[in-house]
Amino acid sequence: MNFFREIKEGLGIAWDAIRANKLRSVLTTLGIVIGIVTVTLMATAINGLNGAFHKSISIIGADMLFVSRNTWFAHSEAEWLKTLKRREITLEQCRAVERELSLARAVAPVVGIAQTVAYKNRSSSSVQILGSTDQFLATSGFSMNEGRFISPGEAEGGRPICVIGNDVATNLFINESPIGKRIKVGPRIMEVIGVLDKQGSFLGMGSLDNQVIIPIQQFLIGYWRNPDFTIKVKAISPEQLDEAKEEVRGVMRKIRRLAPGDEDDFSINQQEQFITMFNTVAGTIATVGLLITGLSLFVGGIGIMNIMFVSVAERTREIGVRKAIGAKSRTILLQFLIEAATVCMLGGLVGLVITYLLTFALRRLIPVNMSFSVMGLALLVSLLTGVISGFLPAWRAARMNPVDALRNE
Amino acid sequence: MSLIRLKNITRRYQMGAETIHALRDVSMEIQRGEYVAIMGPSGSGKSTLMNLLGCLDTPTSGLYELNQNNVSEMDDNQLAEIRNREIGFVFQTFNLLPRSNALRNVELPLIYSGMNAEERYRISLEALASVGLADRVHHKPNEMSGGQRQRVAIARALVNSPSIILADEPTGNLDSRTGEEIMALLAALSDKGNTIFVVTHEEDVARHARRIIRIRDGLIASDEPTGKV
Ligand SMILES: Nc1ncnc2c1ncn2[C@@H]1O[C@H](COP(=O)(O)OP(=O)(O)OP(=O)(O)O)[C@@H](O)[C@H]1O
Ligand SMILES: [Mg+2]
Repeated sequence: MNFFREIKEGLGIAWDAIRANKLRSVLTTLGIVIGIVTVTLMATAINGLNGAFHKSISIIGADMLFVSRNTWFAHSEAEWLKTLKRREITLEQCRAVERELSLARAVAPVVGIAQTVAYKNRSSSSVQILGSTDQFLATSGFSMNEGRFISPGEAEGGRPICVIGNDVATNLFINESPIGKRIKVGPRIMEVIGVLDKQGSFLGMGSLDNQVIIPIQQFLIGYWRNPDFTIKVKAISPEQLDEAKEEVRGVMRKIRRLAPGDEDDFSINQQEQFITMFNTVAGTIATVGLLITGLSLFVGGIGIMNIMFVSVAERTREIGVRKAIGAKSRTILLQFLIEAATVCMLGGLVGLVITYLLTFALRRLIPVNMSFSVMGLALLVSLLTGVISGFLPAWRAARMNPVDALRNE
Repeated sequence: MSLIRLKNITRRYQMGAETIHALRDVSMEIQRGEYVAIMGPSGSGKSTLMNLLGCLDTPTSGLYELNQNNVSEMDDNQLAEIRNREIGFVFQTFNLLPRSNALRNVELPLIYSGMNAEERYRISLEALASVGLADRVHHKPNEMSGGQRQRVAIARALVNSPSIILADEPTGNLDSRTGEEIMALLAALSDKGNTIFVVTHEEDVARHARRIIRIRDGLIASDEPTGKV
């Protein structure tokens, strides 16, 4: 009998056996269903988290460098305290970097402060006020929704103008265009010349639409005379990021007059740091989560093994008859393996359907993403669970002596 | 050439410290087409002998040749193939698969021999018709009488045209009238040239055969023709 036909026969026998013990089959399958639901839900959540992170992180841009006094991720408190003692990055340094870099597409000094923004009787508190230059738009990847961005001349000039984020616009202006209107930004009055497109939030840490960008000169005059700047550098291409980073480092060291042996007294941050950080955290969550959920699948597998032992014992005589009629040990082994695998596959399918429905309910709370690879993997896992947990019972069946099996009452 | 040759067959069972001699020294030759009844008191070794003849079991010592193949030296896989091709079993308790209908039960040996579905279906229907059950093809065992079940079992035993049909007390679970019907069926199969062994306690049943082998304590006590032709 060829293998394909044996599989087909085995499936038929398995189906008969499952139907003959409906309640028992359902109860056994339940263990697998729960196992598959928890495992796939976990995988789906991790998948979703990954997707959301990478979508969010793309806002930073793979071609961006952020030069600042402190580092995004300090490895220790001591390191953090050390960065606090560093000299500030001044506007002159920003200018020098801008002049000397050859591998940059755009360079923008940025400094921020939180203020209340108001128009007529409406106001919005804790809005991020950013002072920057015309280059800001290119380095941020933002686009204009309405009006225009700050021009090079305006950046250095004394005219009080501003570009507002999308949320600021919708909060302050109802049924009228913000362009040309004068709004109160903290203590000062600014004229709105443009509105940014909606950007969403970054890693859930706060909206990128709740900000107001003003010319750097205005910021220095009106809000903060000697601030600590961050320099945003957009490299010519993501591929040249490393070269650009080296160039920035050289320029910064020169400007800040560091002796050859001194260590850097500034940090160059980039997207990669976030990704490394995230991968470490996500990897840990995934490992622990899958381990715990996998445990429920393991318990389900033990249930299958248990019930398969019962099934084999109950059908000892049937096994004897089949052997007497010419079934080989291999055929019997396969028959019971297929039966266990079928129960598990059914459980896996039901589990997938339940998970699929659950992801709809969960979509509002957490980013979930059920991919075909997760589904395929879940079915493969249930198949494997069936084969592994069915093996010992099937082996026992296959090895039965036909004479003893036939004599079984 | 004989179909079956047994030479100094012994079969011992080890039960802890005790050794049970189920068969002590059995030799016989059976020709193709013979109809043999095996008789003897309970525990004398009849079933043990049938299991050996049916290749379900192997002797502790001695030689068993079936169709000039040395069965005593075969492995489990080879024995399974021999059982599938050469042997048809009829049991006292029928031993049909309870969840399968008559047709499926009869098809089983052909499934294991790898026959394709259409041919299998045709041959199984023929076998069921030959035992008078053409109208019970789709009945499950629990929807049939004892006699009908035994006839399904006989159809299953002969569906792959085996060299030997072995029936261990085939009428043991049937009333005497139904038993007679089953014996008549076996007699008809014998007339068609099948080689048949029947184990029985009843002289009436044994008289259907043409040769009676009596066993006592694992030895052949007598071996003589019934005079029936
Ligand atoms: N698996 C076994 N283990 C141990 N002893 C066995 C086994 N099978 C059979 N025997 C012993 O071998 C002897 C012969 O048994 P067997 O079943 O062949 O008798 P039998 O002639 O068929 O009897 P009955 O007419 O009651 O069916 C008995 O003493 C029995 O107890
Ligand atoms: Mg017996």
